[in-house]
Amino acid sequence: MTEREYAYYAGCSLEGTASEYDTSLRLVLKMLGISLREPEDWSCCGSSPAHTVNHVFAAALAARNLAIVEKTGLQTLITPCPSCMMVFKKAQHGMTKSESFKQEVNELLDEPYGCGVIAKSALQVIYEDIGLDAVAEKVAYVLPDLKIAPYYGCILNRPPDIAQFDDPENPVSMDKILKAVGVEVCDFAFKVECCGAAFGVPKRKMVNQLTYKVLSMAQDCGAECIAVACPLCQQNLDLRQDQVNRTMGSSFNIPIIYFSQVMGLAYGYSPKELAMDKLIVSADHLIRSRVPVEEFRKVQEAEAKKKKPKTEKAGTKEETTTEETK
Amino acid sequence: MRVGVFICHCGNNIAGTVDVKKVAEETRKLPGVVYATDYMYTCSEPGQDEIKEAIKKESLDRVVVASCSPRMHELTFRRTIEKGGLNRYFLEMANIREHISWVGEDKELNTNKAIEAVRMAVAKVMRNKPLYSTSFKVNKRVLVIGGGVAGMQAALDCADGNLEVLLVEKSPSVGGMMARLDKTFPTIDCSICILGPKMVDVAQHEKIKLYAYSEIEEIKGYVGNYQIKIRKKATYVDWSKCTGCGECMEKCPTKDAYDHFNFGVAPTRAINIPFPQAIPKKAKIDPKYCRQFLKGKCGVCAKICSTGAINYEMQDEIVTEEIGAIIVASGYGLIDMDRLPEYGGGRYPDVITGIQYERLLNASGPTSGHILRPSDKTEPKTVVFVSCAGSRDKSIGIPYCSNFCCMYIAKQAILTKDHIPDSESYVFYIDIRSPGKGYDEFTRRAQEDYGAKYIRGRVSNIYPKGKKMVVRGADTLLGTQVEIEADLVVLATAVTAAPGAAELAEKLHISYDTFGFYMESHPKLRPVETNTSGVFLAGAAQGPKDIPASVGQGSAAASKVLALFSKDTLESDPAIAQVNTNACVGCLKCVETCPFGAIKEKELRNGRVVAEVIETVCAGCGICTSTCPCGAIQLQHFTDNQLLAEVNTLCQS
Repeated sequence: MTEREYAYYAGCSLEGTASEYDTSLRLVLKMLGISLREPEDWSCCGSSPAHTVNHVFAAALAARNLAIVEKTGLQTLITPCPSCMMVFKKAQHGMTKSESFKQEVNELLDEPYGCGVIAKSALQVIYEDIGLDAVAEKVAYVLPDLKIAPYYGCILNRPPDIAQFDDPENPVSMDKILKAVGVEVCDFAFKVECCGAAFGVPKRKMVNQLTYKVLSMAQDCGAECIAVACPLCQQNLDLRQDQVNRTMGSSFNIPIIYFSQVMGLAYGYSPKELAMDKLIVSADHLIRSRVPVEEFRKVQEAEAKKKKPKTEKAGTKEETTTEETK
Repeated sequence: MRVGVFICHCGNNIAGTVDVKKVAEETRKLPGVVYATDYMYTCSEPGQDEIKEAIKKESLDRVVVASCSPRMHELTFRRTIEKGGLNRYFLEMANIREHISWVGEDKELNTNKAIEAVRMAVAKVMRNKPLYSTSFKVNKRVLVIGGGVAGMQAALDCADGNLEVLLVEKSPSVGGMMARLDKTFPTIDCSICILGPKMVDVAQHEKIKLYAYSEIEEIKGYVGNYQIKIRKKATYVDWSKCTGCGECMEKCPTKDAYDHFNFGVAPTRAINIPFPQAIPKKAKIDPKYCRQFLKGKCGVCAKICSTGAINYEMQDEIVTEEIGAIIVASGYGLIDMDRLPEYGGGRYPDVITGIQYERLLNASGPTSGHILRPSDKTEPKTVVFVSCAGSRDKSIGIPYCSNFCCMYIAKQAILTKDHIPDSESYVFYIDIRSPGKGYDEFTRRAQEDYGAKYIRGRVSNIYPKGKKMVVRGADTLLGTQVEIEADLVVLATAVTAAPGAAELAEKLHISYDTFGFYMESHPKLRPVETNTSGVFLAGAAQGPKDIPASVGQGSAAASKVLALFSKDTLESDPAIAQVNTNACVGCLKCVETCPFGAIKEKELRNGRVVAEVIETVCAGCGICTSTCPCGAIQLQHFTDNQLLAEVNTLCQS
């Protein structure tokens, strides 16, 4: 595979609370033939506070980083954190659509931004640029116990005009990527439900109620864990799961894993390498059964031989009926 | 040459932003113009009289009217000057309303532009030639496209008026959407009970020839004389032998074919008769599901059929017919639930569309009229209706109202209570639109007598919770979020143009709007006419419409055809292409480019080959004129000389 180079903006979360996202994503992207270059002297993206105060200022904070990337000649910026990504996409959208807005923003910058960089989520790059076939090719391990509910959160693909990726109401990219690495994906109805976002600080009770809904829906659809692509979602669901249990009287024990960690496990990286130990709700019991693909096939073949079905079709029918009678 | 120019104020429409006095003044200076005046409403009776008087007094031989679009009043003024004693083609119109006064705000610029428009018209009119129409015989047969209630009404009215009618329906039975409905609002009378007799009339009327399971392949010709090709699609059953006994359907081993009639709410057989009252009541094989076609073996129906009607080798057949007028009643479509992913239609079996629910309510439907939800065939106790599922939603490109959903939801809520007395119905709505006769009383009855709970607000999300579907939405009157656990959710999906509406429009040479609905000639005054003479509209093909409106339009379109056919001959339009045989080099490029097939090869007596225009077929589009390398073919009334005179005048000013 030819090596592809992308710019990479980790952002503050991935250096702190979501360092396991950063660690695992770097490994997975490397495995998929992507090399990353971080913009030198990158600064805060502006996140939520900036755009609640001033749109020009918010765009300037984002555009400063984009301008640094632009100078390196790279055109695509991988932005794992959806919050950073949305800020970048919004700045790009506003500046390309309105010349006067672009001028206003550029007046605040030392070096003007020429609008030549597209920010994409890691999910989008893997889904669109790498492709599912290449994702599946690298799989070395099977995770038989990992029944996953894919959780996209609110802004990964919304608003559609700005996100320009996947379906705003029923996204499928993470579903397909996880399926491509061989994991069982549940039909999860709350894919884009709100996790409460940053309101965990001022309105903790409300966030607990919202995350309770997401967690119970995951449980209802038969998932053992939830895959995420957003540091804030991960934090609200994982770090606050104990809070939820206390305030809502529930007893959830659902690991909240970054999709990149799931991919890494399938690619053969150790849980340690993928920083699985950083999770508050441990996923150890789910990944203990991980086996190499070849071994798994042998076991399957052996099992199939035991049943000795007449034809393939009749075999599967028998299987279901016996299970039902049990 | 003595040209008279008449400038219209059109009240303030033109005079508001154009200095009409100045236009008249400037016009008087033009060579050839001997008279120019302005008038409040030139199209009014005194306005027209003024033109006629001026023709006499000033001995005018050419007339220019500067007013609205020629689409509006060209015919009016042509008649005026004809009454004044001039050839009707000695009229030119300068469109200073739609092209100038309505679009510009600067009075000075508008006035200058209007003067230029008039100068162009004067330059052209001076080069106009007298043209004379010939009369031709009319073929008094009418084609009705679409066998829904609008098309059937039009067909029956035409046939009762003693016209021969061809009724072409693309599905295997007439009846359209109305045949699928259970009851109709606001009277709750059984839909098929009132439609069935009409369907039988259509089948039995000696003046109506029914082409079921057929589509229009090609339309050639012009008002009074069309040649059309109809594709009779292969049914794989010889309908002259089929008795409609239904034996084949019972024995067919394929039990999972998509049921188009029931909108897929339950499967059907690969060979089927769509519904018990179908007209014609004949079987048809769906080769997408039939084992004989998919696997090459089965043949059960052929063995069963006692009349030997099954023919797996059947091919589509093309039939040619000649007709004189066309009524288009091709109906409407519905958006796919996939376009509303937040509602989960298509993913969750218990989220269905209004028309699917109609089939569940219907006694001849797949559940024999018992309301059973698709997932587990249990009776739903809580049903939620979502109106405007796609309608009035700019984000999916459907800003319009679908017209009849508010009413059918009220009806379905009432019927739900009738079927399941201990059930509860909730209706999410944006506005209740019920302006028809007896309509508002009906929606009130649903709420007050049948206890349907109306919630003003839109639904944001529908998701499963155990065996229930949770409908989450806003109650904008209470200002709260509501979540209702429903057993069944019914989406009033938005009405769209019928699938293939655009392709049919191209064949008919009629225009359609952004959404694919056919354009009427005038939204108020010519609601069933199109801008193509001889083609009329009826029903929801023109826009979402309920049954009374569709029937009304069907009758209206029929009356237009009867009026057209009350004469034995029609006048031809002389503004058609003409070949100058001296200049024609016989390259025959025009034959290839003519979209109407109106040009043919002709050998002169000296053996030279030239092009010849078939006068009755030419539509006067002018494509041949721009194709001809030597200017030998000219569109009358729009010749190169006439158009260049306009351009020259414009460039010299």
